[in-house]
Amino acid sequence: MIFGRSERGKPPVEPVTLKILVAGGFGVGKTTLVGAVSEIRPLRTEELLTEAGRPIDDTSGVEGKHTTTVAMDFGRITLREDLVLYLFGTPGQERFWFMWDELSEGALGAVVLADTRRLEDCFAAVDYFERRSIPFVVGVNCFEGAARYPEDEVRQALDLDADVPLLLCDARDRETVKEVLIGVVEHAMACAADRRQSVTT
Amino acid sequence: MVRPYAMTRGRTTSAGQHRLDLIAVVLAEPEAGDPESDPTLSPEHVDIVGLCRDTPQSLAELAAELDLPVGVVRVLIGDLVARELVHVTRPVPPAELPDESILRDVINGLRAL
Repeated sequence: MIFGRSERGKPPVEPVTLKILVAGGFGVGKTTLVGAVSEIRPLRTEELLTEAGRPIDDTSGVEGKHTTTVAMDFGRITLREDLVLYLFGTPGQERFWFMWDELSEGALGAVVLADTRRLEDCFAAVDYFERRSIPFVVGVNCFEGAARYPEDEVRQALDLDADVPLLLCDARDRETVKEVLIGVVEHAMACAADRRQSVTT
Repeated sequence: MVRPYAMTRGRTTSAGQHRLDLIAVVLAEPEAGDPESDPTLSPEHVDIVGLCRDTPQSLAELAAELDLPVGVVRVLIGDLVARELVHVTRPVPPAELPDESILRDVINGLRAL
């Protein structure tokens, strides 16, 4: 008689899984941030070339090529045996934005990482999450040697809504990265509470 | 060097399998027995069952571990679900946020890291 392996011990717990996205321009420190709080692993996806990528992904001469490889980083934080948080670094190049729709589906929220020397690099990410009502916080990565700006100026430059949290962080520093992630979860809770209220009133 | 979709015999989707989320969790069925003895399964199929036998694994983790593109692993998981060798638990649906108590646990868990 076959009893299978569960006979030997209790069956593994099926964890609740959640994901937070880490977005921002190229070289802003997304990989560093994910690596500061979790083991980081590269993930490959082979995506079908979509309409979005067609004008840029020039396949003339290689008409047989219908997929493109997108690489991104992800990390796993095991909070409890039955509670796991995944972080996904979104692909930076805009032509891979079709990936974002898949990534953002079901995401708890997002971090938009900003570099004050190149704030415009994160406009697109801010816009993306605003349009889709995905809760996000802006993490200003304080690079050494970069001038510090008052929070108000950064907010204004990004045209942020008053309720979007803006946090200073160092993507290399575990403690500040933890605070940013906690900020995302708290903001997601607040957004959900607002939505509930607007439904009942 | 094997072209990635050779492992799926060119398929990019598998029957009855809608797109699995990257954080959908795959678990081997306790009755899965010994998939290695099944000649119709590829080594990659067998690897997936082996990896999620004792520890549930997300689609993203399986793809990273096997160094295969996500799309390929999706198809392979679909085959295994159809053969009832693994089952998949889906994350909380997008429209509804997880329970507030879970979110509090996440915050406390992060603080304790």
